[in-house]
Amino acid sequence: MTTDTMTNQPGIMRTDEEHADTTGMKTYGFWIYLMSDLIIFGCLFATYGVLHNNTAGGPSGKDLFELKFVLGETFLLLFSSFTYGLAMLAMHRDRLGQLMGWLIATFVLGAGFVGMELYEFHHLISEGYGPDRSGFLSSFFALVGTHGLHVSFGLLWMLIMLIQLPIKGLTDKTRPRILCLSLFWHFLDIVWICVFTFVYLMGVL
Amino acid sequence: MFGKLSLEAIPYHEPIVMSVAVVMAIVGAYIVGWITFNKKWIYLWKEWITSVDHKKLGIMYFLVALVMLIRGFSDAIMMRTQQAMAAGGAEGYLPPEHYDQIFTAHGVIMIFFVAMPMVIGLMNLVVPLQIGARDVAFPFLNNLSFWLFAAGVVLVNISLVVGEFAKTGWLAYAPLSESTYSPGVGVDYWIWALQISGVGTTLTGINFFVTIMKMRTKGMTLFRMPIFTWTSLVANGLIIASFPILTATIAMLTLDRYLDFHFFTNDLGGNMMMYVNLIWAWGHPEVYILILPAFGVFSEVIATFAKKRLFGYHTMVWATVAIGLLSFMVWLHHFFTMGAGANVNAFFGIMTMIIAVPTGVKIFNWLFTMFRGRLEFTSPVLWTLGFIITFTLGGMTGVMLAVPAANFVLHNSLFVIAHFHNVIIGGVVFGSLAGYTFWFPKAFGFTLNEKWGKRSFWCWIIGFYLAFTPLYILSFYGAVRRMQSYPNADWQPLMIVAWVGAVFILAGILCTAIQLYVSIRDRKARADVTGDPWNGRTLEWSTSSPPPHYNFAHLPVVNSIDNFWEEKQRRGGQALPGNPEQTEYQDIHMPRNTVAGPVIGAFSIVLGFALVWHIWWLAGASALGIFVSFIMRVFNDDIDYHVPADEVRQTETEHYQQVQMQA
Repeated sequence: MTTDTMTNQPGIMRTDEEHADTTGMKTYGFWIYLMSDLIIFGCLFATYGVLHNNTAGGPSGKDLFELKFVLGETFLLLFSSFTYGLAMLAMHRDRLGQLMGWLIATFVLGAGFVGMELYEFHHLISEGYGPDRSGFLSSFFALVGTHGLHVSFGLLWMLIMLIQLPIKGLTDKTRPRILCLSLFWHFLDIVWICVFTFVYLMGVL
Repeated sequence: MFGKLSLEAIPYHEPIVMSVAVVMAIVGAYIVGWITFNKKWIYLWKEWITSVDHKKLGIMYFLVALVMLIRGFSDAIMMRTQQAMAAGGAEGYLPPEHYDQIFTAHGVIMIFFVAMPMVIGLMNLVVPLQIGARDVAFPFLNNLSFWLFAAGVVLVNISLVVGEFAKTGWLAYAPLSESTYSPGVGVDYWIWALQISGVGTTLTGINFFVTIMKMRTKGMTLFRMPIFTWTSLVANGLIIASFPILTATIAMLTLDRYLDFHFFTNDLGGNMMMYVNLIWAWGHPEVYILILPAFGVFSEVIATFAKKRLFGYHTMVWATVAIGLLSFMVWLHHFFTMGAGANVNAFFGIMTMIIAVPTGVKIFNWLFTMFRGRLEFTSPVLWTLGFIITFTLGGMTGVMLAVPAANFVLHNSLFVIAHFHNVIIGGVVFGSLAGYTFWFPKAFGFTLNEKWGKRSFWCWIIGFYLAFTPLYILSFYGAVRRMQSYPNADWQPLMIVAWVGAVFILAGILCTAIQLYVSIRDRKARADVTGDPWNGRTLEWSTSSPPPHYNFAHLPVVNSIDNFWEEKQRRGGQALPGNPEQTEYQDIHMPRNTVAGPVIGAFSIVLGFALVWHIWWLAGASALGIFVSFIMRVFNDDIDYHVPADEVRQTETEHYQQVQMQA
């Protein structure tokens, strides 16, 4: 082979630390993924920005959005971020039971958020204001729906971790997964704050 | 049960399509038969299909690219033949709806399934070796990326025989690609082939970005990285930032077509210009994703064969970074005629011209590297020289197109076609073929035949100028792109010249095929035992050819740019391997092969096909299959192992003895 070609003199020994920090590498890679995901949301925000006045004679945001309802959704999601933070603290203290408990709390809050969103969507569609009604509603459903899909995916991930943790415990493989899910969850929180501000609040203004 | 799919989807009445299908079936059956006869299926599965080895994945990417090059080139020569015939009222031999599919397929295949896998294949093969790493950051994802890409390839090829391909042009502009105007399955094939392979590309981008940032060997600071690694780093950054735009755009078009959304429709508040903006916000960075690694190849080739350190290493790096940033600020020059207004057009025109500055810096760096070097005129160098001239010309016509006023005249004309082939053939194709010749011995342990390599180069470059110079001229007479036929018979002579050019390029491709054949035939005589056939400068040449699966028995230590070369100089130009008998080895930690990658890829093919034909139960089933395969992967803890130190010693000893014997 070989690498030994040049650099290896007989007798000189180096320690080869390979993949020393796999958790760090996974987290770093996941951050990069989140940034690319952010660009998807950026495209959807931009599209919403361009299309939000194209109501095609249909209703605008002002006519449709119920701020109090959405505020309820928002608080569910924000609290779920808080409970996930507590789950992380429990993981750092190696308390598996506590970690699972907080994950379940997070799951319930997140599921509540998705449930409320589905209710809102169902309500709009049954009134005849589905995504096929206008460019505005298309971009609204796509943006909010993509966020909702992400949250649902996060819930699925949480569910898998809730199955995996009791089997495998806290290991080098499960820890980074909890850590990455935490990043994912907080990321979705931040995106939602933008959705709440730019779509709902500014829509009602 | 079968959605929109019925037996009528197979175009029996099209003799050209059917004969191609027959040829493909015969070749496919021959290959399957050969593998079965030689009992190679298990070997293929264990050593290649499930492999997480970046070198093997690189080879597979390049192999698929070469096969798809034949497909894409067949489309090209069919178009040139049609245009050579269909003058002055003649209709040629391709009906419009078939011709439209061919130019769409040609663009899609050449960009997504030839240029991209060539570039990504070279990155896979070379980057981990250049940074002194044993693998990429996420080996499983690397395998998965390849199989998602392969799923896209398969879907495009299925569209040839089952149904149709898009007739919209390679970017499927809305509203033409909406269901109102393209009710068939062609655009759906386009959607799912690109969406699935695009996810693979995004994963590759993340993977290599993390690999380069986190896995460089000791002492390899960012500014000691080889230029090919630098250009790959920037290209992967561009992938991470731009491919999500493609994903989002295609997803919106999908919603329009499948669920009656109104993003880009004519009615109910859709905005078609949104589509064009979004697709080019991805599309322009995409061309730099292709060309930057090619720039990297030329830099390595020219420094190696001029036997000089690359002139202006730091300016080369900063030029690469600058091009990467600027590539996101020029997208609007693809549609100056949209009517965005003079100021907007002026901004994008000026930004486009500014990109020529860092590119010019690079050209001068290559020229000054050759200056007073001892240049060997090997075929990689010929490709590089051909590139410098051709790409400079293409760059100049690009600057012409960047002038908004001129663009209004040249828009949609053959000038545009000639321009981008000028930079893509002259840049990406020449670069990929230079890289192919340059790194082939690293991958396989023997060099490629030079005589046929040079013949291939001369055929390509002559063919290129014969094929595209006439298009520049014709554009001044008003010839537009995407013509199935044209009434002006005066254009025909130049069209025939262009056809002759295509025939020369065909000869070039044949030379490459012959080169591969004779090189494999003479592999014993062409064997390179040292692993360093070109007297190379960077770390990939410090290991054996092909490298052991763990790449480096000891991770190398780097103290400067071109460290390997400098150490050789210090030893009087000799690379002397240390005696393994007197060296200590440690166990090496390596990833295990994966079944999940190819299985998810296979399910993705089914998923894409089911979605194209609206076979919902099958789409659900294959999506579930993907999910289950993924979960099984997640629950599998047995994903890595240690290569015992004794095995490493044995491998190293064998290589050492071979080198000693040859010396």
